[in-house]
Amino acid sequence: MDFGFRISPSSAVNLDNVDLEKFEELHRIEPDVYKCMACGSCSATCPAARFSGMSLRKVILALQRGKEKEALAMMKNCMLCGKCTMVCPRGINTRHLILSICRIYKEETK
Amino acid sequence: MIYQGKKKIWADYQKEIPDNHWFYVRSCIRQNFFPGAEKMFLEICKGLLKKDFYETEHHTTCGGIAYHCDTIPQETVMTIVARQFALMTEAGYENYVASCITSFGNYIEILETWKEFPELETRIREMLWKACRREFNKPKYVAHASDLIYKYRNEIAARAKYRLVNRHTGEPLRVVEHIGCHYAKMFPARGIGGAEYPYVLCGMIESWGGNVIDYPERRHCCGYGFRQYHVKANRGYSLSNTYKKFESMEPYHPDFILTNCPGCPYFMDRWQYVIAETEGKTYGENGFGIPVLTYEELASLVLGYAPWDIGLQLHQVAVEPLLDKIGIEYDPAKKYKGLDEKELMKPELPGVLRCC
Repeated sequence: MDFGFRISPSSAVNLDNVDLEKFEELHRIEPDVYKCMACGSCSATCPAARFSGMSLRKVILALQRGKEKEALAMMKNCMLCGKCTMVCPRGINTRHLILSICRIYKEETK
Repeated sequence: MIYQGKKKIWADYQKEIPDNHWFYVRSCIRQNFFPGAEKMFLEICKGLLKKDFYETEHHTTCGGIAYHCDTIPQETVMTIVARQFALMTEAGYENYVASCITSFGNYIEILETWKEFPELETRIREMLWKACRREFNKPKYVAHASDLIYKYRNEIAARAKYRLVNRHTGEPLRVVEHIGCHYAKMFPARGIGGAEYPYVLCGMIESWGGNVIDYPERRHCCGYGFRQYHVKANRGYSLSNTYKKFESMEPYHPDFILTNCPGCPYFMDRWQYVIAETEGKTYGENGFGIPVLTYEELASLVLGYAPWDIGLQLHQVAVEPLLDKIGIEYDPAKKYKGLDEKELMKPELPGVLRCC
């Protein structure tokens, strides 16, 4: 029977089932990834965000939750302009971080 | 565990409830959902226990339903509540008891706000005077109706005709209690047992012979959540919350659910039908659902009132398996007969959820 609404699929992420090996490797190379406080300044200034949905804040969150495909789909829209590096209040070299993410997760980007 | 420390914390969440002389206000929605509940509350308190309860036909909704649906501002709700307090003052009462959990939370929230911002109370007094030339005293004590049944639970147990015991096995019935969110989650010290371990329904269940069942999502919302249900686009979210609760309690095989809020019994009862139709899943034994009762209905059942006289035929989930377990006698032929044997017409039976 269709009531016009239904049970929403669960959005819970079971972190016990997530393989975070690559994220730990990213953390070894880019310790600053843990400095991110998800303020969203990078996403707010990103010139690609408006038309492509690119958000570095969301990318970091997705990688921490093991949603690599989702993160890398967003990463493809990055133009490496470096504006996010200029505005980061924590002084994270976000451009470098993006390049490191591409290097570590390169299998999936092909 | 430092026992003395725990004891002190627990003592902060106990209430000294006045025994008598109450101004009673009804809920705006319960009359439509489970119309027997409020009638039985007054029947038990006034008729059976001979307490002084006064209600007036002039009182209105407390405005909490619109406030929590984001459709009216708090100043409007405060003025409505001020009028209710004026009615209490005019009737000569000082103790105020609300049938609805959200009303109870609403009154407490407003009284606490006035305590913190007295200038707001002055403004509301002015607005009430301009609107209807009334003045009010703040109540000395505000209680929820379940607090009073909790207080009278032992008197009810002493007069009980039935106990919450499975007559086939002799074991106490397994009962899930569900407390309305606005009872103690906003102001824990105003609820018996606080927000984490509210004892108001557990006390009734234990006094009347049942066993309280703990389960992981025990303190989760029933799913109603006002704006989650009333906005149709959010209704799936409301259903999902109820589903989460039922999935969590299912392995503990409860015999029934006891609630003290207008919305909780309604949604936990009706959503079982929707879950059955959409997911094909039922949570009770042999295709039945888990019956959901209000505390007034349960008190009436243990006192020996006839199930169809207290409105149990208006539940979506059939209560007959529970009545059979307790050993309460009922006539199936009279289920859909009203006063004077008037035929109420049988509802259409659902496809998945077994109803009788």
